[in-house]
Amino acid sequence: MSVLAAIRPDDWNFPLLVHVLGAVLLIGGLFTAVVAQFLGWRRQRSADAVAYARTAFRALLFVAFPAWWIMRIGAEWIYSREGWDDVTSEPDWLGIGYITAEGGGLLLLVSIILAGIGARRLARSGGEASTLLRVSTVLVTIALVGYVVAVWAMTGKPG
Amino acid sequence: MEFYDWLLALHLLAAGALVSALVLYSVVIATGWTLALPSDISRMFRLSRAGDVAIAVGSIGTLVLGIWLAIDSDAYQVWDGWIIAAIVLWALAMETGRRTGTVYNAARDRARALVGEGRDTPDPELSALVRSSTGLALHAATVVLVVALLVVMIYKPGA
Repeated sequence: MSVLAAIRPDDWNFPLLVHVLGAVLLIGGLFTAVVAQFLGWRRQRSADAVAYARTAFRALLFVAFPAWWIMRIGAEWIYSREGWDDVTSEPDWLGIGYITAEGGGLLLLVSIILAGIGARRLARSGGEASTLLRVSTVLVTIALVGYVVAVWAMTGKPG
Repeated sequence: MEFYDWLLALHLLAAGALVSALVLYSVVIATGWTLALPSDISRMFRLSRAGDVAIAVGSIGTLVLGIWLAIDSDAYQVWDGWIIAAIVLWALAMETGRRTGTVYNAARDRARALVGEGRDTPDPELSALVRSSTGLALHAATVVLVVALLVVMIYKPGA
């Protein structure tokens, strides 16, 4: 099955490249944001916390958010090329991909809003711990774990 | 899932770690470019520690698991042209990445030394290091090589 999957028509390659490139950039953006958010979580110095909060927000907004769209557009493109539109019962791995892509996208959107407002409040308050930033950190972590599971499902194709 | 599927999933997750590190380094470089104070620059380089772990896992993982996949698969051989091309691209990316690290590690060390000496004011030598055109060109080359690696992996020219 894996060998058959590896030998695919040439016109599937570009949509797949768009999808995979978007997916790895999305994971990279989320990873960068999570690292910055955890570094800022327990910082005593307000300047440190504010700087990390801003970095996380920018990584989410300027890397993860556009990458999500690239991944999603690539996914629909390759879905259509592979003819899954005509299949009544989709395999499990495709379902996992859809659930994580859509659910993770919603988490990403909420995280960006919370991270943006949280970073602004943190800067205004002089570095007092922000609940919004902590909620955003948890959501981004969940999204990152979800996408790692999705990468495993999309490549390993369980079921 | 067969053994091959597990190898493929882990190989792609390693690629995700590699790209995540590159995204994180790109954010550190872009943010560092706008900073002037040694304490701000030193703080930003704390992010890169996570990138160092991800790049180690990603680079070793992609190579070892990639070769293992080629050995395990009946469809491919390690000496296939596209696999050799991928290994060459990987080696070039590692070398440009190593040289990029040399440039920015010098900036990080200079920033830490200045903070340690209590000289938290803009420093021409530090500014030149964080805005190094050589460092930026080497990082850009690493990114291009890794994208080329991804293209080769998906298109498998000659397979």
